[in-house]
Amino acid sequence: MESDAMRVDGNAMAGVLGEVFDQDMTTVRVACGGCGKVEPVGAEHAYVRAPGIVMRCCHCDSVLLVVAHTGETYRLGLGRSKWLEFAERA
Amino acid sequence: MARAAVRGRLTWTLAEVVDLIDETPRVRSIVLDVPEWIGHRAGQHVDVRLTAEDGYQAQRSYSIASAPEDQRLALTVEGLPDGEVSSYLVGELRTGDMLELRGPVGGYFVWEADMGGPLLLIAGGSGIVPLMSMLRHRNASGAEVGAKLLYSSRSWEDVIYRDELERLASADHRPEVVHTFTRSQPPGWTGYARRVDGQMLAETAWPAASMPSAFVCGPTPFVEAVAAALVLLGYPATSVKTERFGPTGG
Repeated sequence: MESDAMRVDGNAMAGVLGEVFDQDMTTVRVACGGCGKVEPVGAEHAYVRAPGIVMRCCHCDSVLLVVAHTGETYRLGLGRSKWLEFAERA
Repeated sequence: MARAAVRGRLTWTLAEVVDLIDETPRVRSIVLDVPEWIGHRAGQHVDVRLTAEDGYQAQRSYSIASAPEDQRLALTVEGLPDGEVSSYLVGELRTGDMLELRGPVGGYFVWEADMGGPLLLIAGGSGIVPLMSMLRHRNASGAEVGAKLLYSSRSWEDVIYRDELERLASADHRPEVVHTFTRSQPPGWTGYARRVDGQMLAETAWPAASMPSAFVCGPTPFVEAVAAALVLLGYPATSVKTERFGPTGG
């Protein structure tokens, strides 16, 4: 229950993902390799109070993305993300 | 319309605190002058970073309360007993102080007047903040799209933006504002006095057939209960956007 209450939306990852990518990531669509469902990052589940930040599928709870910021580098773990779809820049 | 989301890498910037407004005993609005602010969309947030003298840093996300049309950026923050950032922002921050922030961030939990509606906004406690930005934007832009706000607070004293909500509710194209009080009610109160549930939503929400856009914001258990109840009422899951604050925020 405690970890359930810690859950927030992928929207809360906008800041850290914006550090890694040059664009807003919350509308980028991600496909889950666990259940096959496709959702925008903003609708997935996020856990942001861990040492790293973890994004999980909002349907099946598979880990989709892990971001660890250590010293001067970011490490991006892709978990069970099958693909991410970015809109073409205007 | 400015698309704030299309821009370069996020950078930290210093903003000056120009006004502090006590909204309730535990909640304060922070009005900021941000040099070269690129504008925001209603529903977005900023990250705020505090740095101690020894270099220790703590960072939190706070929803933007002001409308894109407003001159100044305003955040509204609830002070939490164990919140290392929020307790500073609500208790210690003074006019003239500088605050480090970056943003706006988040392009998902966003409503703009040209996205239409009708709008269904459901807030638990300080979850009202990004929804207030939407209501302020709707009012400032003159949008005539229908809007309903269902707002759950512990008591009348805990209602954030009390006076402004009353003013908005008496304006042209007014939003319909429905309160529920979960702990104590004002004398003579005849409205809702319980947590938001399926029956309350069935009575207050737009029918699913009118294709509403729903935005739900508050503590995680509140948001998840409301979103599930809306889907049971026939709202497509994709029409219900959520912003969970976690157990208490921070």
